[in-house]
Amino acid sequence: MSRITEKDVDYVAGLAQLVLDGPTKAKMVKDLGEILGYIDKLNELDTTGVEPMMHVLDMSNVYRQDVVGESLTQDQALKNAPKTDGAYFLVPRILDGEH
Amino acid sequence: MGQELFRLKAHEIRGAIRRGETTATEVTQSVLGRIGAVEGKVQAYTEIWGDYAQQRAADIDRRIKAGEDPGPLAGVPIGLKDNYCTTEGTTGCCSKILKGFRSPYNGTVVEKLLDAGAVFLGKLNMDEFAMGSSTENSSVQKTRNPWNLRCVPGGSSGGAAAGIAAHEAAVTMGSDTGGSIRQPAALCGCLGLKPTYGRVSRYGLVAFASSLDQIGPFTKDAEDMALIMGVIAGRDPRDSTSADIPVPDYSKALRDDIKGLRIGLPKECFTDALGAEMREKILAAVEVLKAQGAQVVEVSLPHTEYAIAVYYIICTAEASANLARFDGVRYGYRHPDAKSVEDMYRLSKSHGYGPEVQRRIMLGTYVLSSGYYDAYYLKAQKVRALIKKDFEDAFQSCDIIATPTTPTPAFEFGAKTDDPLEMYLSDIYTSSINLAGIPGMSIPCGLTASKLPAGLQLLGKPFDEETLIRVAYAYEKHSGWERADAPIT
Repeated sequence: MSRITEKDVDYVAGLAQLVLDGPTKAKMVKDLGEILGYIDKLNELDTTGVEPMMHVLDMSNVYRQDVVGESLTQDQALKNAPKTDGAYFLVPRILDGEH
Repeated sequence: MGQELFRLKAHEIRGAIRRGETTATEVTQSVLGRIGAVEGKVQAYTEIWGDYAQQRAADIDRRIKAGEDPGPLAGVPIGLKDNYCTTEGTTGCCSKILKGFRSPYNGTVVEKLLDAGAVFLGKLNMDEFAMGSSTENSSVQKTRNPWNLRCVPGGSSGGAAAGIAAHEAAVTMGSDTGGSIRQPAALCGCLGLKPTYGRVSRYGLVAFASSLDQIGPFTKDAEDMALIMGVIAGRDPRDSTSADIPVPDYSKALRDDIKGLRIGLPKECFTDALGAEMREKILAAVEVLKAQGAQVVEVSLPHTEYAIAVYYIICTAEASANLARFDGVRYGYRHPDAKSVEDMYRLSKSHGYGPEVQRRIMLGTYVLSSGYYDAYYLKAQKVRALIKKDFEDAFQSCDIIATPTTPTPAFEFGAKTDDPLEMYLSDIYTSSINLAGIPGMSIPCGLTASKLPAGLQLLGKPFDEETLIRVAYAYEKHSGWERADAPIT
């Protein structure tokens, strides 16, 4: 039995906000199934009592003074946007109803 | 100076310019000429900044004439991987979704190199968002290996490695998440260093997997490695994961003395997975170091065989979070047909990302999804701790560890594109190093019978890049095989 079904792929694609066409979906089922099958190797290891590693360095929180520094100007922040009105990012309508 | 300035190493260029034997302009013109001559075959660059580079070189020459200190890299021509944010040119990560993006700021390493007097030549090809081991996942072009144009240059920093091998820059800059500097360096016969996690600021490097990514250089020799590390290493207030640990004078590592140095050979890296010819090359390189007084000890990294599985859980999980920001709102591609916000996200991502990036986003989303988090992500974080401990234990009995960088030399285009798992296994000797956070360097250790480069990987204790540079330097002095240029055929 494959590790991953088409239904699983549909569900995860929804979470990831991807739309997969038929052939892409079929390939995804196959590839993810094989990769997860390989990853199952980890179950050979007993990790009871092992602390999961969250940071590679022995680090604690890093703080800085809460002072105003330089930041991007509005023009700089907007210049790569696909659509703006010169002051804001524009996106398609979110709510139905009258304009 | 002779006509072929493009062949010079960074430290040679620096010396020649300082002595007045050549100028930044002459060097830049020579390298641009070289790019013009070979780029049609190699295709390392996705953008070439000819005018910008010449103006920059002229400016440096002017400053030198005026008696100013032009910086430690004055006039050194450098290429940058396409995931380095630069105000010059575009920063596209070789993805359709970020095509044409013009960064409003320079990353910290870019600023440091500029302050040091570097001359940037342009942007280098890469696997889309640094996901790949052959640079075949670039949405822009295929880069060819200068040692054999039918072969891949490795990846994901394939343009950076091929560019150095073809003398299209004195130094190139890449990034390494699971081997993306060391593997292409090995396949193209140059040096590539992944520094310790936290040694170099990642500010302005487009994030792939934030707990694994690290910036590093490709160079033609160990002395250049010391030179570049001296410029780029150090704490940066803009990257809270950069370490507040003093930066040593790396040039002090350039001494021909490895007497008594203990080299650990992990038995797990010399199994049947390693081809006979590669094994021979690696062991011959170790013999060279032994002849210089190094001692060889066998060490064990018992969790080596689990590294790829752990790596592909952690890197895809982090990637799925990092890549969520490409939503078609603030920058990047927006699909023209989107009628709703939901549609805008979905259509932009689905048309903007290539197959490998989509595969990794899917895998990362899956392992983080409700009900699977403990089984995959948490399990991986636990095994990651075991892998890190393996290295700590091994370094009890040795100063550096030596392994192959890759199981095989460069492979042909298309050889692994249909089977993602097989492509992932190209990282078998490199990905555990990112999981442990330690520094790793690939150095060329000769050519195979088919005239393809082999790479020796040297691994160090955290923040001990110096010993890697020292060993690379000693090896260069005594390697005993003739270094030739890549034929570009």
